[in-house]
This record gives sequence, C-alpha cells and structure tokens, in this order.
Amino acid sequence: MPEDPDSALVSRVRAGDEGAFAELAAKYQGAMLSIARGYVPSGAVAEEVVQEAWIGVLRGIGRFERRSSFRTWLFRILVNRAISAGVRERRSVPVDDMGPVVDASCFDAGGTWQVPPEAWADRVDDQVIAAKISARILAAIDELPLQQREVVTLRDVQGLSSAEVCAVLDISNANQRVLLHRGRSKLRQVIGSEFGRGQ
Amino acid sequence: MSRLRFRPRRDVVCREAVELVTDYLEDALPQARRRRFEAHLSQCPDCPEYLAQMRAIVALAGSITPDDLTPHMRQEFINVYRRWRDEEARDLL
Repeated sequence: MPEDPDSALVSRVRAGDEGAFAELAAKYQGAMLSIARGYVPSGAVAEEVVQEAWIGVLRGIGRFERRSSFRTWLFRILVNRAISAGVRERRSVPVDDMGPVVDASCFDAGGTWQVPPEAWADRVDDQVIAAKISARILAAIDELPLQQREVVTLRDVQGLSSAEVCAVLDISNANQRVLLHRGRSKLRQVIGSEFGRGQ
Repeated sequence: MSRLRFRPRRDVVCREAVELVTDYLEDALPQARRRRFEAHLSQCPDCPEYLAQMRAIVALAGSITPDDLTPHMRQEFINVYRRWRDEEARDLL
C-alpha cells in the first residue's frame, strides 16, 4: 500500500494537536459535504451528518490501525453515517443512464466522427482560462448524479486510488470505472460547451 | 502447444473509442484491445483531441483546491476537538 498522505496529520491529531485536526477538516470538509448531500434530503442534514462523522473520526482515531488510508477510513465513516441518516439506499448503476456518452448523431453510420469534438484541450493550460474553468467544473460536479459525483469527487478531486474508492463506496472496480467514465464524460461536455458548441 | 485463436481482428471506430477512454486511462483494457485502441488513435484525426479533453478534465478536477475554512468554521472544528479531548480525559478518570 502506498504511504498514507495524511499519516503525519493523523499522528499529530492523536498527540493532541488541534491545528492538525483543523487542517484535516479544511482538506476534507468540502468533499464530505458534497457526498453527504447525495444521501440526505437537505444541506442542513448533510452538515449534521458530516459533523457527526468528524466526531466519530475523533472517537475512533485512537483505534485507527492504518490498515487502510486515513481518507478511506474517514469517507467510510461518513458514508455509513449518511446511509443511516438518509432516505436513499445504495443502488447499482441506474439503467436509465447507460446511453452513449457522446450523442449518436455526432457519428456517421460507420461510427466515425461526422461532428468531431471542437479542439480546446490545449487551451486549458492557460492559467487564466484554467482558473475560470475550475469554478465551472466544481458546479458541474455538483450537478452529476449521486454515484458519479461520489466517484469523481473521491477519485479526481480528492485523488483517492480506484481501490480506495471501491472500499469507501463498497462497489466493484468495474462499476467504479463505469461511474467515473460517465461522470468525466459529462464534465467534458459541460466544459466543452464553455469553449464552444460542446457536443 | 498453445492453441491458436483466430478471432477476427476488428478495428476500433470513433464511436467505440470514446467509450474506451476511461478504461484506457485506468489501464484496464486487455492488451489486445488496448493495442487496437492505440492503433485507432494513431490514425484518427479527432479522437486524440477527445482523449486530451478527458485528460484535461481529470487535471482540472484535480486542481480544485479545498476551500480554506473560514475563521469561524476553523474555530468550530477546534471546539469540536477540545470537547473530544475533554471527553477522553473524563473517560480516563
């Protein structure tokens, strides 16, 4: 297992360093809220769930054995709290969202682009553009369906490995990849439409 | 002797390539499929841009930095921490 990026912070929290706890909070609070919101009816309840999860983390941190990464353990606690507080049950990938990620009309009968993607990938390197797009992408992630939002948030925003994401969300690797694919593809569409016609 | 397999080799078309991008980036394509995907990329005028866009999305999402806590929220977390410390201390008595 690669080294836990939060290892030092965890040790400091255990040793009584309240600043280290605030650092962990700053690092994960946003993603935790975003995930909790998928399970419970309101933002206020989500905040309660996240707060409870943090208290659970503190109460358990002395017994945390580092067999998983801290963040896997943290998000696992959160998801469990959210499920018990929430109205929604875990589902497999919704079947109503299994269409192609690019509209069929973009391809000819042989499957070749007839409306090819407008080029913008290299423009993202521009700092000013990237700064503008960053704000848009956060909003776009928030608009993704629950499971896609979870996977994209954990994987691409928080940088968890695929194994960690599977452990947190209790899904298979194949399922994780489908959700990641659909989520990222939608983000590509949204960001593409910021640059041009999008498709 | 290993068994020869005569699976007909079929080229990947763009419509399929866009569905394979994430498995490709995740290194989850079986070798033969990966080779066909890469062969398609090397001769397609448009799919490399599509792949670059998906990579750009991953990079953009990864560049989102967590919002710093407001001073008020930071204090709330410190308070939660202190209450927990007190609770621990009481449990030890």
